[in-house]
Amino acid sequence: MAGLLIDGVSRTFAGLRGRPATRALEPTSLTVDDHDFLVLLGPSGSGKSTLLRIVAGLDQPTTGRVLVNGAPVRGPGPDRGMVFQSYTLFPWLTVEENIRFGLREKRMAAAEQVRVAAHYVERVGLHGFEHHYPRTLSGGMQQRTALARALANDPEILLLDEPFGALDNQTRALMQELLLSIWEADRKTVLFVTHDIDEAIFMANRVAVLTARPGRIKTELAITLPRPRHYTIKTTPEFSAYKARLTEEIRSESIRAAEMGA
Amino acid sequence: MRPLVPVGAAAALALGVAFFVVFVAAWAIATLGGFVNRTFLADPLTMLSAGWQLLTVHGFYQDIGITIWRVVGGFLLAAAIGVPLGIAMGAYKAVEAFFEPFVSFARYLPASAFIPLLILWAGIGETQKLLVIFIGSFFQLVLMVAVIVGGTRRDLVEAAYTLGARAGGIVRRVLLPSSAPDIAETLRLVLGWAWTYVIVAEMIGASSGIGHMITDSQALLDTGQIIFGIVVIGLIGLLSDYAFKQLNRRLFPWSLG
Repeated sequence: MAGLLIDGVSRTFAGLRGRPATRALEPTSLTVDDHDFLVLLGPSGSGKSTLLRIVAGLDQPTTGRVLVNGAPVRGPGPDRGMVFQSYTLFPWLTVEENIRFGLREKRMAAAEQVRVAAHYVERVGLHGFEHHYPRTLSGGMQQRTALARALANDPEILLLDEPFGALDNQTRALMQELLLSIWEADRKTVLFVTHDIDEAIFMANRVAVLTARPGRIKTELAITLPRPRHYTIKTTPEFSAYKARLTEEIRSESIRAAEMGA
Repeated sequence: MRPLVPVGAAAALALGVAFFVVFVAAWAIATLGGFVNRTFLADPLTMLSAGWQLLTVHGFYQDIGITIWRVVGGFLLAAAIGVPLGIAMGAYKAVEAFFEPFVSFARYLPASAFIPLLILWAGIGETQKLLVIFIGSFFQLVLMVAVIVGGTRRDLVEAAYTLGARAGGIVRRVLLPSSAPDIAETLRLVLGWAWTYVIVAEMIGASSGIGHMITDSQALLDTGQIIFGIVVIGLIGLLSDYAFKQLNRRLFPWSLG
């Protein structure tokens, strides 16, 4: 059984000091086939990041299980690479050393590490910045490094938790195109979390819309826009039709979330 | 002047030196101007000549040397045991639960109050001096290091996990490098405290060292020598602090601190 299987996964956070427990995620089932690009789209408080963290093994489900290629997830591992919304480069390592972090953990020969790192530096367009420390890089460059670091490890699945959420609009658009071009070349399985509808349509094969707290998958929608996709696709009628549909789905959830004070 | 706006390096230096000048001038006016009784406070010139006497006639540099040796020895001893223990406590919560209550208790025990006991146990030799410094700095150091390591950014730890690191790798490749600049900064702070403890130890039971000289001078009512001794301590502190800062900056170029 290839790919990722999410089977009845739910998450309840225990209440603090006698307060009632919070149900972040209703039992959720989802399959992501190999080479698929699935986007989890939802308002804040829809448990989409929680679900991603459970797949990553950084959080434990209250019920259910996650299988990667048929093997249950018991904790984090290099088979599921992750890019976080916050800047998580190791500040004491240069760009190149950051990209080599996982390779060193695998005990890859040093010469091979250098070769792989150089390859991914090139792919994310950071040539000339190999020996810079993260604090000297812009947000976009930091996230490109984080993407290269995750990809260099050659994971089965790439997990992206609003990776461009902290970037300005122009940089975000460029990063989307970069990720898309890499994905269209490699077709690595991707699970991508965002609350940005345009981003979801532009990148995804499929979009799963999550409801506001407690999170639950409300709709799954296949995005059949042709590939390779160019940014001009965002102005086509097909794109707009998807956008109108998803906006409606999300809007009702956002209103519900706002009413609940999320 | 506007809040939080930095000043240039030259201006900062000039301002820093200016206060020393103001301070010494006020001291000179108070003493040389006859506003303060000479018996209680020597004037700057007397202080300098007393210092010259100390260095040339009484071999005071040997006292300085022995005091520095004690400070560095006690400090290194505390660091050699305290830093690894603090790291273990910060990284592993069971280790922390085991040691933390005792260390928190012990750090409130005044090191100077141990001096009579330590003299009974170890005499007035070097062991006693090192132990006073050790007790004074060790427990504080352990707790501060544990807090620093325990406060490592969780997202960095999680990123390392998703890159395939396991427990050992997390400690060696994330917790240690991420805490290193703050630990070095803490060591700089603790070295300052070690100076206080060594002088106290030398004043109570010693036959050499800067603290010993100060107590001797008190018996002779030589306030010039006392002040010179204090100034020497201050100067060495200033120098070692500067050296430590430069070293930290050199060692951790990636850190903004």
